[in-house]
Amino acid sequence: MYALRDKYAIAGIGWTDYTKRSGRTVRSLASEACLAAIDDAGLKVSDIDGFVSFNFNDSVPAIAVATEIGVPAARYANDFLSGGNAANMIVLTAAAVIEAGLAETVLCYRAMNGRSGFRLGGGRELAAHGITQFTAPFGWITYPQAMAMWCRRHMIEYGTTAEQLGEIAVTFRANAVANPRAMQRDPITMDDYMASRMIVEPFRMLDICLETDGACAVLVTSTARARDLRRKPVLIAGGAYGGGPDQGEDLFDALRWPDHSHNYAKYIADDLWRSAGMGPADIDVAQIYDCFTYSILMQLEGLGFCREGEGGSFVQGGRIARDGELPLNTHGGLLSEGYIHGLNHVVEAVQQLRGEAGPRQVPGVETCLTTAGAMTCGSAMVLSN
Amino acid sequence: MSYGKPLPVVDPETRPFWEACREGRLMLQRCARCGHTRFPPTSFCPKCRSGEHEWVESRGRGRVFSWIVVRHPVPREVYAMEVPYVVALIELDEGVRMASNIVGIAPESVTAGMPVRVVFRRATPEITLPLFEPEPS
Repeated sequence: MYALRDKYAIAGIGWTDYTKRSGRTVRSLASEACLAAIDDAGLKVSDIDGFVSFNFNDSVPAIAVATEIGVPAARYANDFLSGGNAANMIVLTAAAVIEAGLAETVLCYRAMNGRSGFRLGGGRELAAHGITQFTAPFGWITYPQAMAMWCRRHMIEYGTTAEQLGEIAVTFRANAVANPRAMQRDPITMDDYMASRMIVEPFRMLDICLETDGACAVLVTSTARARDLRRKPVLIAGGAYGGGPDQGEDLFDALRWPDHSHNYAKYIADDLWRSAGMGPADIDVAQIYDCFTYSILMQLEGLGFCREGEGGSFVQGGRIARDGELPLNTHGGLLSEGYIHGLNHVVEAVQQLRGEAGPRQVPGVETCLTTAGAMTCGSAMVLSN
Repeated sequence: MSYGKPLPVVDPETRPFWEACREGRLMLQRCARCGHTRFPPTSFCPKCRSGEHEWVESRGRGRVFSWIVVRHPVPREVYAMEVPYVVALIELDEGVRMASNIVGIAPESVTAGMPVRVVFRRATPEITLPLFEPEPS
């Protein structure tokens, strides 16, 4: 269990424009976000001595960023071969690395040309190696196709409806309208959701997240040090990474997963809440990994915000809106802000906890949950101010 | 015309499975020590860690555990003429799950728990795919 409650903090955040066609190298995007986070913290490049990132589908190695921005001596660099499951785990790793004395000031970043470069949703090669030989030959290839299979299972088990998924899409879009970073800022209605094109049943186009060129970064250091820096520190109160048995052979594979109406969240909930000394009732705002609308439901249930099977009714009636009981994805999420693979959720959490989210600010935020991952493994944190 | 869809790259663990499919048999691994039946193929039993196993023939019957209907083809050039098609997780009577296509039924008629049985479709001289069709009532 994460045992460093409040000892480490996020002292800086940075991001690039989120676009469909950056016209730039991924390295340049990563460097811009990292430089912005260093500047936000009021530090110098020479203060940076560690990097953690993750690089499923598209990224650049940490040493490439360190080289471009001229870090004199990186003492720690870790490029996780992971996807959205890692977006919170890299921040927890940064804290662990500092605790171990391997570095003092660590940049966590995610960078990609996810639309104009390698498209994660764009299919795979025709030669189906390894575990893929038991999925791709049947035309089961993309992540929307993977997750739709899980969503159907929830519908079978619990009667979850399209309208419940639509409520998530419509709510997050309304949040994005108030977010200048967001790629999709035109409001949508439930009618728009229901009329959106069926991609892979039960998913419509508006159930599926965006594809984004861009990068973001968060800077982690000790809370004691962060208190002397430019910004109010955002404390890492707790966190967890993991999943259940049979997490599969890659991020797509869940052939042996015991029950597709639940995901990793139920398996990390105890560690998460115990590490933070809090529970669901203590959370003011949550930024929950939303590669698809449906992934929200499994995480709300798994982390204990509602009972198993009740995620669909939980999100209805305005509860998850900005002025609701549990505001979710106040930036618009992966569905409407952009797909920076979940690290953009951490950036938004920091902004909410600093009170600098402008028109989308939720009043009086003291705690924020962030999660990352949708299927068999994932990570989560509780941040506080 | 050459087969344009993804094809399995047979490896040492999966060769017996695909060779059996070519002969019209659906084979599963069974641990030689504890008897646990498993799929997909692996070298070690996840229950007892034994590296010894035997291949046993499945009855080829099961039920639809979950399913999707692919409407938007990805990659387009490969699946444009295939959509809509059904991909399902099938729970075999032997207790393992397998992904495959449900054929011989309209996509909108597939239901949860529907009984299905294996049917083999030759893709290339080397590869025959195990698909599933509704069990005749």
